[in-house]
Amino acid sequence: MNNMNKWKAPLAILLSTNLLFGCAQSEENASAEKESKGQPAQAEPADDKLDGVTAEYRKYALAEIEAFVTSTEEFTNAVKSGDIEKAKATYAPARMHYERAEPIAEVFGDLDPKIDAREGDVPEKEWTGYHRIEQGLWVENTTKGYEKYAEQLMKDVHLLRAKVETVEVTPELLITGAVDLLNEVSTSKVTGEEDRYSHTDLYDFAANVQGAEKIYELLKPALMEKDEALSEDIRKRFDDVYSLLNQHKKGDAYKIYTELTKPEVKQLSQSIDALAEPLSQIGIVTGAS
Amino acid sequence: MENKTQSNMEESTLLSKKVSRRNILKTAGAGSVGMLIGATGIGGLLSLSDTKITKGETMKDKIPFYGKHQAGIATEAQHHIYFASLNLTVDNRKELIQLFRDWTEASAAMTEGKAVGDHAGNPFLPPKDTGEAAGLAASNLTITFGVGPGLFEKDGNDRFGLRNKKPKELKELPKFPLDSLEEKWSGGDICIQACADDLQVAFHAVRNLVRIARGKAVMHWTQSGFQRTKQADTKKETPRNLFGFKDGTVNPNTNNGKEMDQQVWVQSGDGPGWLAGGTYMVVRRIQMFIEVWDRTALREQENTFGRHRDSGAPIGQKNEFDSPDYNKKDANGQLAIPIDSHMRLANGDGSQQILRRAYSYADGMDPETGSFDAGLLFICFQRNPEKQFIPMQHRLAKMDKLNEYTVHKGSAIFACLPGTKKGGYIGETLF
Repeated sequence: MNNMNKWKAPLAILLSTNLLFGCAQSEENASAEKESKGQPAQAEPADDKLDGVTAEYRKYALAEIEAFVTSTEEFTNAVKSGDIEKAKATYAPARMHYERAEPIAEVFGDLDPKIDAREGDVPEKEWTGYHRIEQGLWVENTTKGYEKYAEQLMKDVHLLRAKVETVEVTPELLITGAVDLLNEVSTSKVTGEEDRYSHTDLYDFAANVQGAEKIYELLKPALMEKDEALSEDIRKRFDDVYSLLNQHKKGDAYKIYTELTKPEVKQLSQSIDALAEPLSQIGIVTGAS
Repeated sequence: MENKTQSNMEESTLLSKKVSRRNILKTAGAGSVGMLIGATGIGGLLSLSDTKITKGETMKDKIPFYGKHQAGIATEAQHHIYFASLNLTVDNRKELIQLFRDWTEASAAMTEGKAVGDHAGNPFLPPKDTGEAAGLAASNLTITFGVGPGLFEKDGNDRFGLRNKKPKELKELPKFPLDSLEEKWSGGDICIQACADDLQVAFHAVRNLVRIARGKAVMHWTQSGFQRTKQADTKKETPRNLFGFKDGTVNPNTNNGKEMDQQVWVQSGDGPGWLAGGTYMVVRRIQMFIEVWDRTALREQENTFGRHRDSGAPIGQKNEFDSPDYNKKDANGQLAIPIDSHMRLANGDGSQQILRRAYSYADGMDPETGSFDAGLLFICFQRNPEKQFIPMQHRLAKMDKLNEYTVHKGSAIFACLPGTKKGGYIGETLF
């Protein structure tokens, strides 16, 4: 997570209605949401074709969160049993599921920091989650003392799994989500700030791109009707990003961030800009243009 | 550099006709470093007509984008520059042409003070224009495009089928003595020079053009620069460079078509026909060691330039526009204007001319030394760099006393494309 998303989260909550199940929200908040739902600014694009798309995306995101639960179990069990090698090996792959589904996972402004806050994002006393354990594993080179964080993380991830069930996926969530995923890459992954102890940023990077690509693929038929050239351009830019990422792969593993040269980082950053600019135009599928 | 005869003649014109100094000086570039710093005289500037100078005002601070030549070359220097050098990432001619078309359309709109793209937007899309120039005047904005050697051939590849159109003059500049060039300030496939009397307007122009190019070109280096504003300089004097010296420069008379054709505009017989009406642009990022300069005694400073600091007059003279006397000796029998002074060297034999359009820059602190990173973004235009900039710079790099206080960190050469008409696009003669 990063700061940008911290303040975006409340907006996302407004956009995605009916997430009340499992949420400790007051009735006042709930009624405020209902009101905002009816406002034109919040209006959803009235395109029936997109209904199928949002349902498909919901399925995809739920599957990713489901996988995130499983992989987090593996990770936290390793931490709790003191298997540091296994903990290190499962850290980055586990996170990828969360990063792919971020547009939905981050809707929950209270849970996201618990799971994904970096040092300094929250007061030290409240700092929990993946990055807290990451610091223990890579900086202190231990699992000792981190069992409680593993315990807590698992609880939070289970809670997340229960809550995402309630998210209503809207076309706006997809449209803003696709670009937000790439903005995540631009502002924290490409700078090496996300995984500052393990330097496994390229895993998060790749997962964010894959999450954005999924949204593009789902919207593609609608996009092709509006602007075929734009759709092809986006496809080409995704391929460019992947071909760069593949250059930084050793077998199935990505290089660690500190192995990248400055020009390589710049190239990755520019490839994301080149992709995000046309991708930011996918809002044309809403039919307003 | 200086043409003494012309200078004298025009000086008398100045006196008899009372051409305002303001008009003369407005056309000079900002301070220039090296040959570059403090070339004397205002020779070619003196015969400018008033129409040219007031053009911006009568057009409500708008300078037409379309024309035989690109604007921003013969245009009177605006207060600010935002310069960007880009490398192309497109791999085909069709997309390259589309980029030039899109740039042309956006540039024409912005120089009229309008936004990029239509205003009515889909709320689910990002706005087409980035917005920070909304409501601002055009501020004499000019946008000038140039192409570097890499457009024609890169790493041996004839990337756009343009190899046989590459002019022989368009190649990286030779290494000059004392050059300390860094890749991060050098070269580029394409340049965008945005000049305006408002920095936000100039930046907005480059920002939007770079955005339009996303996926087709990436920034390689950028540099902003400034001159004193006309509001601050109420007496309309010669701009001073960051060494504090007045830097009146010799330039071809931008209002004299014949002189511009001789010195600046590439002519149809000069090389590949596509560049006729264009010009060669040399850019040098020259860091000035201002801390070192500031602890240099006044006499040494003046001997370095060959001028008095306060008046701007050549050593031994009273007024800025007095002719220098290169034979005059001081009480000790030494030449009053030292042999290695900048002014004397820059003067040369007066046979080479360039159109200078330089700006000072201040880029914060050099993190390695804790000193200012400040200096000059030197820009000049000419018909043939091999006969104009290159021999001049060779001479100065070898001997100029000013070299103790400056270092050339960046260098680039571009062929500035000819202008285009409405309906056409910049670069159309290439394809």
